[in-house]
Amino acid sequence: MSIFLSRAKYFSAFFIVLLTLFSGAASAFQKGHGEEAEEAEKSDINISELIMHHVLDDHIWHLWDHGGTIYLPIIIYSSEKGLDVFSSHHFYDEHHNVVEYDGYKLDHGHITLSATGKSVLDLSITKNVAMLLINAVLLVLVFSSVAKGYKKNNGKAPKGLQSFLEPVIVFVRDEIVKPNIGHHYEKYMPYMLTLFFFILFGNLIGLLPGAGNLTGNIAVTLTLALLTFIITNAKGNKSYWSHIFWTPGVPLPLRIFILPVEIVGIFTKPFALTIRLFVAITAGHIVLLSLICLAFIFHSLSVGLVSSLIVLFINLIELLVAGIQAYVFTLFSSLYIGMATAEHEHH
Amino acid sequence: MLLAVLLDISYAIMGAGIGAGLAAIGAGIGIGRIGGSAMEGMARQPEASGKIQGAMLIIAALIEVAVLFALVICLLISLLKA
Repeated sequence: MSIFLSRAKYFSAFFIVLLTLFSGAASAFQKGHGEEAEEAEKSDINISELIMHHVLDDHIWHLWDHGGTIYLPIIIYSSEKGLDVFSSHHFYDEHHNVVEYDGYKLDHGHITLSATGKSVLDLSITKNVAMLLINAVLLVLVFSSVAKGYKKNNGKAPKGLQSFLEPVIVFVRDEIVKPNIGHHYEKYMPYMLTLFFFILFGNLIGLLPGAGNLTGNIAVTLTLALLTFIITNAKGNKSYWSHIFWTPGVPLPLRIFILPVEIVGIFTKPFALTIRLFVAITAGHIVLLSLICLAFIFHSLSVGLVSSLIVLFINLIELLVAGIQAYVFTLFSSLYIGMATAEHEHH
Repeated sequence: MLLAVLLDISYAIMGAGIGAGLAAIGAGIGIGRIGGSAMEGMARQPEASGKIQGAMLIIAALIEVAVLFALVICLLISLLKA
């Protein structure tokens, strides 16, 4: 009983820290009542630009004003000028306006040659790329420590991070992968576990203040859905393809009509995976940002207090959504792979 | 001419507002039905309430994604036209 109580103490401390972190993100931006009345005349915050700026990708990582901007490297290639690597600091002058540099022009995140207006191949480390690298490093650190724990505690009870993640890993294996893929599920476990934890960690670190919107970037979710698409169709067995192109058990003239529907169906599955994760995360961020900006639209402290409380609760819902979207993506991936590799009895 | 352009934009924003409201109605109906069936199932068989609750949360998240998709489109229309 005492062991349970001490664990509960750690959990409640963890939750209190988490809650203050998230509510601090909201209330850190609330200014005093008097200051806002003056600034209402001077500056009118463009809410749409603010929200879009926070949700989209960017070449700089803006944490706070006056010195808190990380100028990420720009790596571009064009056939006229070759490979160019420089800091994005060159694109901004002291007043944080965008200037031209070295024959390149930066316009709303799009880099073009200022002479001809042609766009260049942009391989820069942008905010989302940096977030992706941080996510990858986090995954490697956490899971190498878990693997080391298994080697050290061979046969004994798991301790520490290992004991925290083992129920989740067993959940992915027993509830998501094994029932849907059936036999030979061990072959797909590495991919499923990576997918689940990449999306889960990506969603969670995207909720931290100042973080970039990693899993809410449609290119990232498209890549994940593409991986599932490649695995599904590469591992599809004879009965899978015969069901698509020559559906058995259906009268002959109807099969010609079912053929285009089934072919489109091959592509709607990864499309749905892409859109589902992208919309869930991005819309969550937009809702949070809009509620915080309510305080700035109304220029009132009381609206700010109420909106901070509402934002706190919606942040908790976003935590739930982070877990659920990781679960749903992995569930549908294993469902599609299971359907493609299922051994079918003949009718 | 200017009136025609302004009217065009104002119709777009009105459409976005109505769309967002309809999306909210869709969410209410969908998740309300899921919640109703879940309540009924839990009342009939209280031992299965853990599983029913889990399935209810997941399906609510799926419905919510469709609604948020409509919301994002409406937001994009109103933010890019204003």
